[in-house]
Amino acid sequence: MSLKRSIQDLKKRRALVQKGGGEKAIEKQVAKGKLTARDRIKAILDPDSFHEYDLFVEHQSRDFNMDKKVLHGDGVVTGTGTIFGSPVCIYAQDFTVEGGSLGLMHARKITKIMDHALKLRVPIIGINDSGGARIQEGVNSLAGYGEIFYRNTLASGVIPQLSVILGPCAGGAVYSPALTDFVFVVDQISKMFITGPAVIETVLGEKISMEDLGGARVHSEITGNAHFYAESEEECFNQIKKLISYIPWNNSTKAKAIPPKSPNFEKHIEEIIPADPREPYDVRDVIKAIVDDSDFFEIMELWAANIVIGFGRMNGETVGFVANQPLVLAGVLDCDSSDKAARFIRYCDAFNIPIVTLEDMPGYLPGVDQEHAGVIRHGAKVLYAYSEATVPKITVILRKAYGGGYIAMNSRHLGADFMFSWPSAEIAVMGPEGAANIIFRKEIMEAEDPEQMRLDKVAEYKEKFANPYVAAAKGYIDAVIEPEETRSILLHALEVSTSKDDYRPAKKHGVPPF
Amino acid sequence: MAEEMNELQSLTIDGSEYKTRYTKKYANRRVWEYPDSRKVISYIPGTVIEQYFKDGDAVKAGEPIMLFEAMKMQTKVYMPYDGIIKNYCVAIGERYPKEHVLVEIE
Repeated sequence: MSLKRSIQDLKKRRALVQKGGGEKAIEKQVAKGKLTARDRIKAILDPDSFHEYDLFVEHQSRDFNMDKKVLHGDGVVTGTGTIFGSPVCIYAQDFTVEGGSLGLMHARKITKIMDHALKLRVPIIGINDSGGARIQEGVNSLAGYGEIFYRNTLASGVIPQLSVILGPCAGGAVYSPALTDFVFVVDQISKMFITGPAVIETVLGEKISMEDLGGARVHSEITGNAHFYAESEEECFNQIKKLISYIPWNNSTKAKAIPPKSPNFEKHIEEIIPADPREPYDVRDVIKAIVDDSDFFEIMELWAANIVIGFGRMNGETVGFVANQPLVLAGVLDCDSSDKAARFIRYCDAFNIPIVTLEDMPGYLPGVDQEHAGVIRHGAKVLYAYSEATVPKITVILRKAYGGGYIAMNSRHLGADFMFSWPSAEIAVMGPEGAANIIFRKEIMEAEDPEQMRLDKVAEYKEKFANPYVAAAKGYIDAVIEPEETRSILLHALEVSTSKDDYRPAKKHGVPPF
Repeated sequence: MAEEMNELQSLTIDGSEYKTRYTKKYANRRVWEYPDSRKVISYIPGTVIEQYFKDGDAVKAGEPIMLFEAMKMQTKVYMPYDGIIKNYCVAIGERYPKEHVLVEIE
């Protein structure tokens, strides 16, 4: 064969394989409002940056007449490319080929690109759209899943791992996304569950739709399995690109800085927070009043909304924000918000992203359901994550810092580098009402007018303790600042912390209260 | 966030009352009830296969009162203490959800 003919032959082969499961299957895929695997990859990556590998991999299954079936690329597309010029490894399961089912070679392609990502030390993005294990391949498909999970774990904390759920992802398949750092879901398209509606109905008699069991909304709002919720694939791809712009390629580099921009938030920072600590406000407004360009990229917006996490930039550099949200459940810590904050803190620490904590919280959520759900061990994760983190850790107490919450929210005692407080802050074991009831119980009970006495004592307690100066007198607070100084002092604190070097005792790994 | 969750509610913590929104999960949480020892409750959804007594029978603690099938496993349900079966609240062959009252005891 002449070179020219060989080239033509190659082109033909490529064209054939790139059709995936063929026209009909592609039509079906598109009819569901879904893009094909290759189109998805191209939509995420910079134009013309995608390079595909293992195009001609074939499956090795011989049983159940599988040897007569041709499965192009074995149902998965893998390759490398760039997002805003940053390199990434990527794979996308191709539902048009045998339902994107995972067989041995399909899994080998995925583990190969994962190994690549880990060696090249660049992020890995996995697009899930698969009916699950290829049953005809038996234990080989299970082996495939296991080898993916193993690599997810090895890569954890070394390179960013993103999972994009754009179709079914059921049974064992869900555990790869669950092991990764960020999970993206799209309304009506993503479906994730361990056991599907059919089995649940047969065994337990519980009737539920796929959407209600494991749809995008459920995982964004109820289970906390998903980090980013989108209405369409396009919106989802934009979220992926934006996230990539905030995070470093790996754990030994820093995220790319961009030219700094001043905040341009419409509200003045002093006007956001009501003076009465029992009145709500949206803490995201405070973040927007502080960060570059007032651009805050929130993570897990719908789940455990009583704590806010996400990325913003300060002087062009990425910072992770953790903030109590008085607008929802008064900003308490509970099981879910503790899990949410702790994992994010560990992410930031693993990838050298400084953490700014904005505190305004009344304590932990009371209730039998919380205690029985294990708020003790969940709450402990926050203490663990903050104490363990060695990145720059800065706290600003905006208003309330009561009790266990004061300790948990990156206090000096857990190793905060800088503790700032607004003058309106109340740092105390509990709110004035509760404290007065306990300390002055006898006086209140014995008073002629107990209600008046109670109000007097609440006022007395407020006067004495509901301020930041008791903590400042002990050196627990480094500086009491005016709200307007918040951004400038944070910029300074971050600047002087750039070469922070903190040590922890040598160990194989800790044993966090998972 | 669902629309109905946007309204401000009250939440009391350590004697202070806060104005805030509820999450869906918090609004839908199960309020804890003291368990009633006179009721035998299913702790898993399943089907009643057999009942060994009838209403009004006096039964000793530890005697099986019912055969219950869940997740392809048949389990005998035992009398928790000496007493009289006031009411079998189930029909044989029927499937019942989790936390359904199976038997009332006096």
